[in-house]
Amino acid sequence: MSEKEQKPKKKSRREFLQDLGIIGVGSVLAGSAIFAGINYDKRKRPFDRSRVLKAENELLEIERADGSKVVIPKEQNFTYLQQRGRDGLEGKRFVMVIDLSKCRNARKCMNACNNAHHLSEDQHHMNVLKMQETKETPAYYMPKPCQHCDNPPCVAVCPVDATFKRQDGIVLIDNERCIGCRFCIAACPYSARIFNWAEPIHTLEEENMPYNVELNVPQKKGTVSKCLFSADRVREGKLPYCVSACPNGVYYFGDENEDAVTNGTTKETFRFKKLLEDNGGYTLMPELGTHPRVYYLPPKGKDYPFHDKDKEEAAEHLG
Amino acid sequence: MSDQLKADKITSDLLRSIRLNKSFLVWMGFLGTALLICGYAYFLQLRDGLVVTGLRDYVSWGMYISNFVFFVATSLIGMLISAVLGLTGIKWAAPLARIAEIIALAFAAIAGLVIIMDMGRPDRLLNVIIHGRIQSPIVWDITVVTVYIIMSTLFLYIPLIPDLKICYDKLDKLPPFARNIYKLLSLNWTGSGEQANLIKQTTRVIAIFIIPVAFAIHTVTSWLFANTSRVGWDSTIFGPYFVTGAFVAGTAAVIIAMYFFRKNYKLQDYITDFHFDKMGQLLVLVSLVYLYFNLNEYMVPGYKMKKFDAMHLNSLFVGAHALLFWSVQILGLVLPIILLIFKPMRKPLPMLFIGTAVLIGAWFKRYIIVVPTMEHPYLPIQNVPLNFKVYSPTLTEISITILPFILVLIIITVLAKVIPIIPVHETIEQHEENN
Repeated sequence: MSEKEQKPKKKSRREFLQDLGIIGVGSVLAGSAIFAGINYDKRKRPFDRSRVLKAENELLEIERADGSKVVIPKEQNFTYLQQRGRDGLEGKRFVMVIDLSKCRNARKCMNACNNAHHLSEDQHHMNVLKMQETKETPAYYMPKPCQHCDNPPCVAVCPVDATFKRQDGIVLIDNERCIGCRFCIAACPYSARIFNWAEPIHTLEEENMPYNVELNVPQKKGTVSKCLFSADRVREGKLPYCVSACPNGVYYFGDENEDAVTNGTTKETFRFKKLLEDNGGYTLMPELGTHPRVYYLPPKGKDYPFHDKDKEEAAEHLG
Repeated sequence: MSDQLKADKITSDLLRSIRLNKSFLVWMGFLGTALLICGYAYFLQLRDGLVVTGLRDYVSWGMYISNFVFFVATSLIGMLISAVLGLTGIKWAAPLARIAEIIALAFAAIAGLVIIMDMGRPDRLLNVIIHGRIQSPIVWDITVVTVYIIMSTLFLYIPLIPDLKICYDKLDKLPPFARNIYKLLSLNWTGSGEQANLIKQTTRVIAIFIIPVAFAIHTVTSWLFANTSRVGWDSTIFGPYFVTGAFVAGTAAVIIAMYFFRKNYKLQDYITDFHFDKMGQLLVLVSLVYLYFNLNEYMVPGYKMKKFDAMHLNSLFVGAHALLFWSVQILGLVLPIILLIFKPMRKPLPMLFIGTAVLIGAWFKRYIIVVPTMEHPYLPIQNVPLNFKVYSPTLTEISITILPFILVLIIITVLAKVIPIIPVHETIEQHEENN
C-alpha cells in the first residue's frame, strides 16, 4: 500500500486510454446533439406554420402548436375516430372564458354535459361550485370544467398515453387505452377527473355506436372520464354543450389564435384578450404552473341572490 | 466436542424443520381457506368494478395504495440487514440475513400484485409495457420493483447454494424427486475454494448493487405522491421520509418472524436473546431517524399553517383522522422507542409485542399519508353524495387488502419449509473460525 502511495501520480497507459475513451464518447454525443439541434431548426419549413384568420379579418401566420411537434406513432392500430381524436384540429388553440359575475347556479350546463356524455347524476365533467375565499369576501358560484392546462399534470403522470394533450389545446382521454390506475385523478389539482367505478348505464343509442374519443361515449367501466371541451362539437364548428346551454351568458368559447371568443347565450363575439383585459381575467391557481386554458372573470357587481344554504356550503371550505 | 460433531449438530438442528408435519399442514390449510375467501372478494371486484370499494371520485386512492406502499416499504429490510449490515462487517446480523431476504422477496413480489388489485382495468396490464411512457413515475416504479425482485431472488439464492447441497446430502429421508431438486439447484457445488470464492464475490457485488436499487424502489414509490401538487404530498423530503419509514416497518417484520421461527423451529441456540437485543437497538435507531423525518414533515407546514395545508393538518391533529394519527405516532413510534431503550424490553416476548405494534402502526401510517390528502383537494367537494367526501372502506375492500398478506405468509411459510432458515454453511464456517 505504502509503495503505491509513493508512486508519482502518473497515469498508466490503461488509465490514459480509458480517459481518452470517455472524452471521445462524450464529444461524439455532444456533437451529435448540436448537429441534431441545428438540423431541427433547419427543418422548420412552411408546413410547420399555419395560417389563421383573426377576428378583424386579418390573415396571420403562426407557428404550429407544440402539440403538433410531438410525433404520434402511427403504427398503433388506432381506429379512425381514435386517431382523429388524438390529432386534434390544426391551427386552433381553444379557450374558454367563464364570467363569474353572471353565474346564478342554473346548472343547465351540468345537465347538458351529463346528457351529452351519458353521465350519472353524481358524475360531473362540469361542476358548479359554491366558493368563498375568506370570511369577509362574498360567496359566488363557480362553474368548473377541466382546465385543459397547457402543462397538464395528468398527462405527465399517465403511464400509458391514455390521456394526452392535442395540438388545439384540448386534453382528452382514450378509454380504450386507460388502465384505470387513477394517477391522473391524484395529480389533478382541480379535481376535474372522474372514474367509472361501476358499469356505466348504457342507453339504447349507444348500441353499435363506435367509441368516439372526442365524446368519450360509450363510457367504459374502470376508466377515467372528464370534460372534453366538447371536442366533437368543436370539430363541427359549434360551441360546447355547456356553453350553448347556459341561459345567463356565463360562458365564452373560442380560439386564442383568432383572438375571438363567442358568448354561448347571446352569440356575440368578443376579442379574447380585450375581454380579459377589460374585466380582470385570471386563471385558477396560476402558482401551480399548470397554465389553464380556462379563464375566469371575477364575480364583480353580481346582482343575483346567493342562497343562505349555499353560503353555508361555500364557507365549509374556508378552513 | 469435536468440530465435526458440532458441525453435525448444527446441520441437523437447522435442517430439522424441513419436513412435512401436522402444524405446517394446519397452518397452510388456514391460509388456503383465508385465501379462498379473500379471493372471492377480488372476484366480486373484477365482476362489478371498483364500485365494491369505498373509493369514489375524490378519494380515488385508498387502502390498496396504502397497502402497496406498505409492501414496498417492508421489502426494503433485505437490503438493510443483508447488504448494509453485511458489508459493514456486522457479524451478529449474519444468521438473520436469510429471514430478512425471504421477507424482502415475499413482500416485493406481492407488491406487484397489490398494485394490480388497485387497477380499474387489470385486463389492460400489458398496456404499461406496450405503451409505457417514460415520463410517468408508475413506469419508473414498475422498472425498479422488477429489478429489485430479480436482485432479491439472486441475493437469496446464491448464498443458499452450499446449503442446498447440504440439504441434498443430509436429507436422505426425502422422496427422490425432492432431493433431485436440491441437487439440481445446488449447481454442482463441491465446496472447493474456487467455488466458495465465486459465491463470496457474487454475493458482495449483489450486496453493493442492491443498495441503490432498494433506495430507488421506495424513493420512486414516494414520488408517486410527491410528484403531484396535492397538500400533504407536495414535499421534497418524501424520498428519505419513505425510505427511513421502510426500515422501521421491515425491522419490525423481521423481529416478528424471528420470534416465530425461533419458537416453532426450536432455534433458541441460533437466534438468541443477543440477536433480539441487537434487533431492538436497530429498531430504536431506525425509529429515531424516522421520527426526525416525521417532525420535519408535520412540524414545518404545521408552523406556517398555509390555508390548504391547514385543512389537511387540522384533520390529522384534531379532526377526523386525529385518533388514528396520534395512535400511529405514539403507539407505533414514540412509545416503542422509549420502551426499547430499556434492556428487559429487548427480550423476545416483549419484542414480539412491540414489533407487532410498530408493524401495525406502519401500515396505518401509510393510510394516514394516502387518504387524508385525497379528502382535501384544493377545490371544495360539492354536489356529490356524502360517501364521496368521506372515505370509508367496505368489507370487500378490506378482504382484498388482506389477500396479499395471506400470499406473503404462504410464500414465507413455504420458503422457510424447504430451505434452512438459518444459513447452515455459514454457521459452520463461523463456528470453525471461532475455534
